[in-house]
Amino acid sequence: MTDVPGVTGVTGAVVVAGGEVLDARGRRRADVVIDGGLVRAVGPEAGRDAPSGALVLDASGCVVAPGLVDLHAHLRQPGHEEAETIESGARAAALGGYTAVVAMPNTDPPVDSAAVAREVLALGAAAAVEVAVAGAITVGRAGERLAPMGELAAIGVRLFTDDGAGVQDGALMRRALDYARDLGVTLAQHCEDARLAAGGAMHEGVWSSLLGLPGIPAAAEEAMVARDVALVRATGGRLHLLHLSTAGSVGLVRAAKAEGLALSAEVTPHHLVLTDAECAGYDPTFKVNPPLRSAADVAALRAGIEDGTLDAIATDHAPHPPEAKDLPFDEAPPGMIGLETALPVAMGAVGLERALACLSWRPAAIAGLAPRHGGPVAEGAAANLCVIDPAAVWTVDPQRLASRSRNTPFEGRTLTGQVRHTIVAGEPVVVDGRAAR
Amino acid sequence: MRHLLSVSDLGREGIEEVLAVAEAFAEVGTRPIRKVPTLRGRAVATLFFEDSTRTRLSFETAAKRLSADVLSFAAASSSIKKGESIRDTVETLEAMGMDALVVRHASAGVPAQVSRWVTRCSVVNGGDGWHEHPTQALLDCFTVTQALGGIEGRRVLVVGDVRHSRVARSQVLAYSALGASVTLVAPRSLLPPSLEGWPVEVTHDLDGALAGADVVSLLRLQAERGSGAFVPSLREYSARFGLSAARAARLSPKAVITHPGPMIRGVEIASDVADLPQALVTRQVTNGVAVRMAVLFLLLGGHA
Repeated sequence: MTDVPGVTGVTGAVVVAGGEVLDARGRRRADVVIDGGLVRAVGPEAGRDAPSGALVLDASGCVVAPGLVDLHAHLRQPGHEEAETIESGARAAALGGYTAVVAMPNTDPPVDSAAVAREVLALGAAAAVEVAVAGAITVGRAGERLAPMGELAAIGVRLFTDDGAGVQDGALMRRALDYARDLGVTLAQHCEDARLAAGGAMHEGVWSSLLGLPGIPAAAEEAMVARDVALVRATGGRLHLLHLSTAGSVGLVRAAKAEGLALSAEVTPHHLVLTDAECAGYDPTFKVNPPLRSAADVAALRAGIEDGTLDAIATDHAPHPPEAKDLPFDEAPPGMIGLETALPVAMGAVGLERALACLSWRPAAIAGLAPRHGGPVAEGAAANLCVIDPAAVWTVDPQRLASRSRNTPFEGRTLTGQVRHTIVAGEPVVVDGRAAR
Repeated sequence: MRHLLSVSDLGREGIEEVLAVAEAFAEVGTRPIRKVPTLRGRAVATLFFEDSTRTRLSFETAAKRLSADVLSFAAASSSIKKGESIRDTVETLEAMGMDALVVRHASAGVPAQVSRWVTRCSVVNGGDGWHEHPTQALLDCFTVTQALGGIEGRRVLVVGDVRHSRVARSQVLAYSALGASVTLVAPRSLLPPSLEGWPVEVTHDLDGALAGADVVSLLRLQAERGSGAFVPSLREYSARFGLSAARAARLSPKAVITHPGPMIRGVEIASDVADLPQALVTRQVTNGVAVRMAVLFLLLGGHA
């Protein structure tokens, strides 16, 4: 039998019965039989031949898809366990249909050494979903000298980013792209010119002007996107652009891809549906970085998903405890949680099929987790699946979310689409919408 | 109305009501005993998280003339220094029985946040970041009405650091609600990034704008908010946008000059101009008490 990494507790056989499989190969009616961490059979009648005693999960009216993969989750451990832990964040992820998440390295201490990366991976090994870890590009994320990317790559780190801040020094970023090439890893940039963004609390525009809040201009993001496109062209390196938020950024990436540069890009669910108008009540729940932008930016981001300019939808799940969000708007930390709402929000914005491509198989490839995650639902594949009821309607209650934090911008909103079951390496970790562990 | 967070909470009728009530209270300030029992038994707290002398004293004087009990809270001498949150401070003050909280904070939106944390108190915005300073705009309108007989149809210039000015945002709302035409006069670097939807005209030519003006409202260059980086120097700013004696001489004889204070003589206003009879600065201060009495009365008086 194939070795299945990330397997923590493979249970007996499972049959996902009565659903419609939807993966990169298309859509078809099929039962899915799982045993020993692998998909053993897929077909309209496959359930009939399941081993006796198999656990049957009802998928009638549901879509059975490869599990979602989040490129961008702040799990806060080590250092800020009051906001989230790897265990709680992974549980939230499982409830959101994820089977793998990439933990961001801006922890305390940051993931700029193999020792910290190993700690995150060890905690992740016991979690409900597979936890990959991103490493920092620079030591201490200080933007001054390169972190030991080779040492980190040797223990399996595939994505490197100073997320929370962009690498401001263009020469250093160029060296990082050169150095990363030999290692076969991907750099991911938080595109923000720190000087242009300095002091900003929300999108600079109509609303910031009315509200008297200092703004973050679109140009703060676009200036770094443009610089990095030039650096990718110069080095032949590979770059992933995190949480793009402006129409100008989408245009720059579209042109760079037309040129054939090795770029990928993500957008968050919240940037696909919310605008800067949400800040009108000065509720820091709506403070996030990059900030919620204008309606024209939202439209451009959706168009970027539709024409493939943007590859992935990633949560930028950023938990903060309630007291941190009770501060004045300009003093509160930016960030919103998203693991448990990403799928329905993305479905609402771009439709189920595009949402799944952007939440599952495309990010899995970018993270180096394919085909174990995101791969087609086929015999012999690793059993990392989610079962979605696309018609289920529910109202977001922050108190009922599994995250340790409650800073969701969707509080009280009604969403359509809900995860019914999640199966990680053959183990049902969410059954009927409830976490099994 | 329970709170006064923005001039837009009032609308034209609300502004006119405040001005009419202030007119009645202005008379109290001329009596031998400058006090009325209107708010006896009510308690007003001023919560100033940012230094201010004139606004805090003006609100406290207003509350005392209405016979309210006044509690003065300055962040420097408070639990905030020990790490207590604004929310806990506000909840504590409300638990002590305060009826109104006058809130000043360097961050925009704090009065709006406070209004969500209280269950019973009224909240008055005493100035929040670059957002609004509604009572300042109301007292400006009151003073200009007194001097010119009305606001409708008047041409108002708001000159200077509009970008960082809470006074300017409230003035634009108040003057335009009362039917004045408002022109912002500033270098592009000191205007808000977007003026979409603002009922204003914009120019960077002060000399060209002066001739037709009825009111020149000068704003302080907010040096402590980093305006230094927005213009090459105070000297150049003053040369282009300062109200010099020569410029003041080109104003219509009936035009008036206002300034929210504190003035920086020699920068936005020449010293001689500040002392002209057309400059209404001290009348603004006097009227500020009456206008704040009116605001407190309208928020608290109706449900004693």
